[in-house]
Amino acid sequence: MSVPDSTGPAVTVQDLRMRYGDTVAVDGLDLEVARGSITAVLGPNGAGKTTTLETCEGYRRPQHGLVRVLDLDPQAHRAQLLPRIGVMLQNGGAWSGVRAVEMLRHVASLHAHPLDVAMLVDRLGLGSCGRTPYRRLSGGQQQRLSLAMAVVGRPELVFVDEPTAGMDPQARRTTWELLEELRRDGVTIVLTTHYMDEAERLADQVHVIDRGRLIASGSPLELTRGGGSSTIRLVVTEPFPPSAPASLQASLGPGTLVQEINAHSLLITGPADAGTLATVSAWCDREGVLPESLTLGQRTLEDVFLQITGRELAV
Amino acid sequence: MTTGTFVPRPGAAPLHRMVLAQARMETRLLLRNGEQLLLAVVIPLIVLVGGITAARHLGLHFPHSPVDTLTPGVLALAVMSTSFTSLAIATGFERRYGVLKRLGSSPLPRSGLLAGKVGALLVVELLQAVVVGGAALLLGWSPAVSVTGLVSALATALLGTAAFASLGLFLAGALRAEATLATANLVYLLLMAGGAVVFPPSSYGPAGAVLSLLPSGALGTGMRTAFLDAGLPAVPLLVLAAWTAVGTFLTARTFQWE
Repeated sequence: MSVPDSTGPAVTVQDLRMRYGDTVAVDGLDLEVARGSITAVLGPNGAGKTTTLETCEGYRRPQHGLVRVLDLDPQAHRAQLLPRIGVMLQNGGAWSGVRAVEMLRHVASLHAHPLDVAMLVDRLGLGSCGRTPYRRLSGGQQQRLSLAMAVVGRPELVFVDEPTAGMDPQARRTTWELLEELRRDGVTIVLTTHYMDEAERLADQVHVIDRGRLIASGSPLELTRGGGSSTIRLVVTEPFPPSAPASLQASLGPGTLVQEINAHSLLITGPADAGTLATVSAWCDREGVLPESLTLGQRTLEDVFLQITGRELAV
Repeated sequence: MTTGTFVPRPGAAPLHRMVLAQARMETRLLLRNGEQLLLAVVIPLIVLVGGITAARHLGLHFPHSPVDTLTPGVLALAVMSTSFTSLAIATGFERRYGVLKRLGSSPLPRSGLLAGKVGALLVVELLQAVVVGGAALLLGWSPAVSVTGLVSALATALLGTAAFASLGLFLAGALRAEATLATANLVYLLLMAGGAVVFPPSSYGPAGAVLSLLPSGALGTGMRTAFLDAGLPAVPLLVLAAWTAVGTFLTARTFQWE
């Protein structure tokens, strides 16, 4: 049996709007997910990531706009869609008394051609806790079991919500390797995250959303290269005077961008060469501010988010 | 590292296999739980032995021997404990722990989930009937055995299961898990004591007529008619069918999956 051929996007969301009471969760969101890619939906908590995902998964009916997953309407064609997708919930999803492997076997038994459960247990390092009741698994073990349940049915498309939240570094690496191997075998992956490094390492495409709207899209490289590839972070010991960003911007001239991160630090995006550094040093001297650190680096997705929204992504 | 392991090959298992898997899983989980076992087997046995002893000491007189009178009611109690209390509590916590949400994104349709649950209830009830019936036989139970009686008992148990399961699901789908736990146990205790399930409605004096219209009274009376008189309990079956309709309507209207 083969996967039905289609060249269209795996997921299309057009002008999705969702609100709960007075709270607007999703506010006219548009996004597309290409088949066979890993797409990261990035944003702070409360940005509307989970609501968007749950609408694609058929849990919520779109209040406005269009949602298509594998060319199907997740509400009207739920029965056709569900066998073809895998869903990793952010938490829960198993009986408290069920054993880890028992749960995975159960989910496998609902599918026509499930993966080999023992192989998956081994790959995700769940062997040592296979007979442990779900309620006694660690947070990271529960997350890995949840990922295993999402992929065991050999889906075409997997939605993973914050896949590595609360995992130790070893488990995160294991999870990332599994997701990369899924992509290699042709599985489309949509993941939400608020970890920059996760999006930068895994994603072919990143959609940055904030307050329910799409604010930037592109590959991690495109997003970080746009507007100058280098950054300088200036951190000072005493708070800046309010005029500092404008005055430093005036000293540096066009071609660089100065942004205030907080009262103690500025982000300078532009050519990180000796001339820029000299100008920044001279400015510090003139303004009488004492630099605590002056860091050169590549522009990260964190910086991109900051520059677009004026806020830090860190939660 | 081998490649191609995860190449998509999606598809739902055939419906009957999914339902069987779900029923098997739910049966295992029901039997694994200590409190459930208490509810399912220990309490009915205590009620049976205690009721017979009390009848002897208090000099209660029934038209039949105490064990013959009480056993059908205790079987009804066993059905009620599983199809109402156990089901409500289990489903309440499935909602709380996101199990229903998780299964909601699996290929198992909601009708299949319901069928799996009913399957698990019937298996547990069969085990209860074997234990309670076996104990009763050891205590001298001599039921009226006839085809009509057996069919009637079976029909009463099935309709009783349907009625109580629909009411239990209504409870579980509307309340929080803790509230479901408390309410399901409380209702069970109240019906056990005053719901005409173990003792015939006639033991409750003038209230008996009203109690016969409760699902507990109808279930108990149906079982007694089947096993004491080998008769067809038409009115209790109608009462149970009506409660099934009410419970199904309420559940369909109010059930929240999350």
